[in-house]
Amino acid sequence: MNDASPFLELSPDSTPRVTVRFDGRDYRLPEGANLAAALLAAGLRSLRDTPVSGAPRGPFCMMGACYDCLVQIDGITRQACMVEVSDGLIVTRAHADKGA
Amino acid sequence: MQADYAIIGGGVVGLSIAWGLLKKGRSVLVLDGDDGSYRASRGNFGLVWVQSKGLSQPAYARWSQKSAAAWADFAADLAESTGRDLSLVQQGGLDYHIDEEAFDKKVKSYEKLRDELDGNYPFEVLGHNALKGEEPNIGPKVVGAILHHQDGHVNPLRLLKALSDDVRRMGGKVCTGVTVTDVDKPSSFRITCTDGATHEAGKVVLSAGLGGIALGPKLGFQAPMRPQRGQVLVTEKLPKLMNRPSGIIRQVDEGGVQIGDSKEEVGYDDSVTIDTTAHIAARAATVFPDLARAQIVRAWGALRILSPDGLPIYQESPEMSGAYLVTCHSGITLAAAHARYLTDWLEGNDAAPDLEVFSERRFAVS
Amino acid sequence: MHSSDLIVIGAGPAGMAAAATAASLGLDVLILDEQPRPGGQIYRDVTRAAPARGHILGADFADGLPLVQGLESERISHVFGATVWKIDPDGQVAYSVNGRGAVAQGARVLLATGALERPMPIPGWTLPGVMTAGAAQILLKQSGVLPRRAVLAGSGPLLYLIASQMVRAGTPPLALVETQSRADFLSSLRYLPGALRGWRYLLKGARMLTEIRRAGVPRHSAATGLRIEGDSHATALCFTAGGKTHRIACDTVLLHHGVVPNTQAARSLGIAHHWDTRQQCFTPQVDDWGGTSLQHILIAGDGAGIGGAAVAEIWGRLAALRAACDLGGITLAQRDAQAAPLHRRRASELAARPFLDTAYPPCGDALLPADSTIVCRCEEVTAGDIRRFARMGCKGPNQAKAFGRAGMGPCQGRYCGLTVSALLARENGASLDDTGYYRIRPPLKPITLGELAAMEDMADAAE
Repeated sequence: MNDASPFLELSPDSTPRVTVRFDGRDYRLPEGANLAAALLAAGLRSLRDTPVSGAPRGPFCMMGACYDCLVQIDGITRQACMVEVSDGLIVTRAHADKGA
Repeated sequence: MQADYAIIGGGVVGLSIAWGLLKKGRSVLVLDGDDGSYRASRGNFGLVWVQSKGLSQPAYARWSQKSAAAWADFAADLAESTGRDLSLVQQGGLDYHIDEEAFDKKVKSYEKLRDELDGNYPFEVLGHNALKGEEPNIGPKVVGAILHHQDGHVNPLRLLKALSDDVRRMGGKVCTGVTVTDVDKPSSFRITCTDGATHEAGKVVLSAGLGGIALGPKLGFQAPMRPQRGQVLVTEKLPKLMNRPSGIIRQVDEGGVQIGDSKEEVGYDDSVTIDTTAHIAARAATVFPDLARAQIVRAWGALRILSPDGLPIYQESPEMSGAYLVTCHSGITLAAAHARYLTDWLEGNDAAPDLEVFSERRFAVS
Repeated sequence: MHSSDLIVIGAGPAGMAAAATAASLGLDVLILDEQPRPGGQIYRDVTRAAPARGHILGADFADGLPLVQGLESERISHVFGATVWKIDPDGQVAYSVNGRGAVAQGARVLLATGALERPMPIPGWTLPGVMTAGAAQILLKQSGVLPRRAVLAGSGPLLYLIASQMVRAGTPPLALVETQSRADFLSSLRYLPGALRGWRYLLKGARMLTEIRRAGVPRHSAATGLRIEGDSHATALCFTAGGKTHRIACDTVLLHHGVVPNTQAARSLGIAHHWDTRQQCFTPQVDDWGGTSLQHILIAGDGAGIGGAAVAEIWGRLAALRAACDLGGITLAQRDAQAAPLHRRRASELAARPFLDTAYPPCGDALLPADSTIVCRCEEVTAGDIRRFARMGCKGPNQAKAFGRAGMGPCQGRYCGLTVSALLARENGASLDDTGYYRIRPPLKPITLGELAAMEDMADAAE
């Protein structure tokens, strides 16, 4: 439960929590949850900066179509809204070091 | 109103010529196809490339070198008038090899060409370790590469846009969404389009790529071109992975890595196939193993415009004087030569380059 | 290579209904769906969400449960987490699961890829904290996550549904900012007779509005000049309504002005599309059964034309009947007998559409955005750029794409295509049909180079 988050979790205690590292910080997120949803509920707003202008972006469509929730997992760029939370997941901001 | 020149085909080849003619003070009308036309100008690989060109015809190597040498000035000129940089980098290009035998053979063919060009063919042969110094991210299976110092690359879409912009700025008239159906020459040239419009011009340049195959004979050309498919993959934007372009992999200025290039004789089929893209992907991952983790964002098939020997065709019509066929498969590399020198040939002035070797008479059946 | 009678792409209402019907008629069915569990977007994760949050989501959501149960057939194999990235006209489908490539062959392929939110480019729409209304629904259904301080903006019944769900969940939206006007309502009245045939939809709408009103959610209508404020994330929605300017401070802005068919797969196959003036979108050319110009390819559900979940379900069954008949599983007479009531029900379900489409038209400011507004989110190309390309002779979006990279990013034009085509059409004084759309090519969704490269070994091994 994160009161500072713009998002409310209806039943935060329904699922056991596991540790996910995002950008070097550990978060306790519901196991098996949608990663983008869990990160929003944990209070994160933006998950990446664009490689074009460096503007921050966060989840937009939640259905795998807009590619705005891109993150990096194991060196591969993935859509956070298409990934499930698992214990020990290490996630970094996509494109943090990209673009000219 | 009659233009000095009508250019049929508003891709990079046609616009380079139009741009050069406008610089010489000529009035120009460019007739360009529609949004769905086969457009090599949109699908190409963006190389300004000298190595491997003209291995059996040194005149083609010289012509490519002449264009490559003119590119910096051409790009600067365009950048100055349009305010947009074309991302031209001419710091050499690589030809990667994973097979010793093919590598040796290629080097020998370059040595032969170097002799024919009186030594003006600056390349170095780099073994794996030397290459690793230049390109630290290459994979273990790469045995070496040929580094040619006259090679480079450019953002070809920005070139297309800059030409399109600057031709208009200089007063060139560009009609898009137009298909030319007929050209005749009652006195001056009369060009008829599908929309019923006719245009008049003193001279005509046919630079319509594959569209020239149907139109060519109407102007007295053989126009013996054919399409050849090349498939290209583009990755997401990545941190800098390589320093120099190669014929099969290059990193564009926006960050994406472009991977080519197949050579497929499949007629006008410009679709993307799994077999071919898997093959070029595997080859790219052999050269740069880090690419395996990169997302491929786009893929396409584009059609090259090839003459029977792969060289350009520059031909004035034997039946309609003042009509010229200009076609090549290296419209980016040759853009500077087309803008700066081919225009002298069209004008027929003393500075005209000798392009006899590129006449389509070379294909005449004996 | 997996071989089946029918490959269904997408496990929403159309895909699930089609699979169940086809299996009942003796076809072997392979369902490929991106999500880990069936339901599509409308019934997202319904088997887990309905018991947990059914009271918030409403009775209609449970309609997805029997559809999911219908998939329990020996004749149906279901690959979850499958991203389809290439479909060939002969029925070959390439897809990716957990980073590994696979290919399947279908005698028939049904595209049941549903809808996308209509892109709503207004100033600030790329800021974190701005989402589609559909995204909020998905968050609620799948994850039980709701925005605490949200403004809903745009037009359409979906806004009422979300607002009422938020009310039931105890976090009502701060405001409902609607862009449709009284004039839109008046012009929709000519479709009222049809709408009365679809009276259930109207009744639902009225009930939701009552809920929203009782919760005291402020409603603004005929809002114009919508823009979102914020530097690193959205902090307020600003607009003009009733002759006054408004600024509503918030953390989340949820945008919606209708949904449009997700045509990426159909486009990649070269199937012709036409502009639907009333629904303001391109739809693929299909017959009553979802048949296309390609013998092996069928399209059903919202991907063939927006009709909603009930229509999609019926459409899926019709497409399955067509496939079964084509493949010799049933006779023409059997097909037509089973289809007759479905055709009638579909017509009745569609009866309220013209009224709804006219009463809740898309937000005009977002169809043709101001010059400084970003239209291509991926490559950050503005409406002004697109207008400039039109003046440089771009008749269609493919030349504009070459000039300015709009549509070249990872979303492959899904959230800019309609806007770019509309801007070019307007600037050139051309129709949308003549202006056309992006040429869509595989991969339909990005795949890693390593995965594609591994398919070479797969091809070698097969030889």
